[in-house]
Amino acid sequence: MSITVNGSTAKLPIDARVSLLDFLRDHLQLFGSKKGCNQGACGACTVLVDGERILACLALAVQYEGRKITTVEGLAEGNALHRLQQAFIDHDGLQCGYCTPGQICSAIGMAREAKRGVPSYVSGDLAADVILTREELQERMSGNLCRCGAHNGIIDAIHETVAAEIAV
Amino acid sequence: MTPFSYVRAGDTADALRLGAGSAAAYLGGGTNLVDLMRETVARPGTLVDVTGLANTIEETEGGGLRIGAAVRNTALAEHRAVRTRYPVLTRAILAGASAQIRNMATVGGNLIQRTRCSYFYDTDGSRCNKRAPGAGCDAIEGFNRHHAILGASEMCVATHPSDMCVAFAMLDATVHLQGGRGARTLPFGDLHRLPVDHPEIDTVLEQGELITAVELPPLPFAKTSTYRKVRDRASYAFALVSVAAALQLAGGRIEDVRIALGGVAHKPWRAFKAEAKLRNGPATEEAFRAAAIAELAEATPLRDNGFKVELATRTLISVLGDLAGVAA
Repeated sequence: MSITVNGSTAKLPIDARVSLLDFLRDHLQLFGSKKGCNQGACGACTVLVDGERILACLALAVQYEGRKITTVEGLAEGNALHRLQQAFIDHDGLQCGYCTPGQICSAIGMAREAKRGVPSYVSGDLAADVILTREELQERMSGNLCRCGAHNGIIDAIHETVAAEIAV
Repeated sequence: MTPFSYVRAGDTADALRLGAGSAAAYLGGGTNLVDLMRETVARPGTLVDVTGLANTIEETEGGGLRIGAAVRNTALAEHRAVRTRYPVLTRAILAGASAQIRNMATVGGNLIQRTRCSYFYDTDGSRCNKRAPGAGCDAIEGFNRHHAILGASEMCVATHPSDMCVAFAMLDATVHLQGGRGARTLPFGDLHRLPVDHPEIDTVLEQGELITAVELPPLPFAKTSTYRKVRDRASYAFALVSVAAALQLAGGRIEDVRIALGGVAHKPWRAFKAEAKLRNGPATEEAFRAAAIAELAEATPLRDNGFKVELATRTLISVLGDLAGVAA
């Protein structure tokens, strides 16, 4: 029973009650993913599973046996920040920073969905290619709350980086 | 969380064998069940993970679609045939939860998710007939802004939380089940129960019975269909009121129409009265208003949710008006 986290293999816990979030934080000491509400309301625990964004707090670790998990710790390349991490700094996309790892993992998953053509509730034509306007980004990122109110900077950072990259 | 064992079902027969006991529960994405277990509202002894089963979307011979119960919400919403032939379903799914949750949640799990009534969740301080049969209901005299205006009982005023299910009800979907006594199918409208005097029972599923698929019939005019959700914030909130509708016009008259409402009842509410009033009549705002009023005539609002009657009326008029503009 193993799982891959940021490229390393780890043994899954014996106790099925352990959530993926507690496994990452308490067993693997990866404290980037945050425990905000622990009930699927805030998005601070967002991680990527095989590239798809999910909430680690509502996931049991055992459900993800054999899958590849990426947390915010797995995004930087060596000492170089991921371009979205740098963009969050450049656009003041954070104040306290608590929601930031979830926001960043979520945005990376979001871009992949948009590239694949997944529409959103605010998309006019469901069959058309996705154009990531600010309204689209706000809707697609609505599962990640920022209590500091840095949402405008967050959208700017995403718009300039991962959203711009899918347009070409 | 109460301790439990976790097993993955290899196939349907395996799932039925593992899920036969009264302490077993089937596990889809877990987005509702894991939360309920953490709050000790649900205390299964065994979780049978069925996400490895039936996760394809296939064309049926009749021209409909058969959706495996383990298909994830996102996969269903983005499917090309759903987007073009059943846009109401794509929009309903995308109106629900957040993208992260839609990536986890399954169709089967969506159908059997529990109400989000806060008294149901409050194991420490509230009485709830759905959680503890016979205990009483603190919502009826409590803060009931989000609760049901149609089909409720003196035992329970909870609403069904799903958006996807409102679209399924409107589309006359069929639910495929597999149980110890074999396979059976149910019209979607018969799956969920009204609370009556047993609100602890949400559906007509038998012990150990497994949802294997949801089938959409061919419905050509569903290409002119939509879903509108009205809520306290613009995104990521449960419905105060929602409307799923499809409209077919012929020379300015309504040839056929389908309507279902969400956020108003213990189950997705198919608006048969409004449909009957509209069929073969004119597609005018007056007709839409009369149909909405007919559907909501028997509404019995509580202290805090009377606004839902007017909100449902206006939302229905608005949605039908938009569809009439497109269909004309």
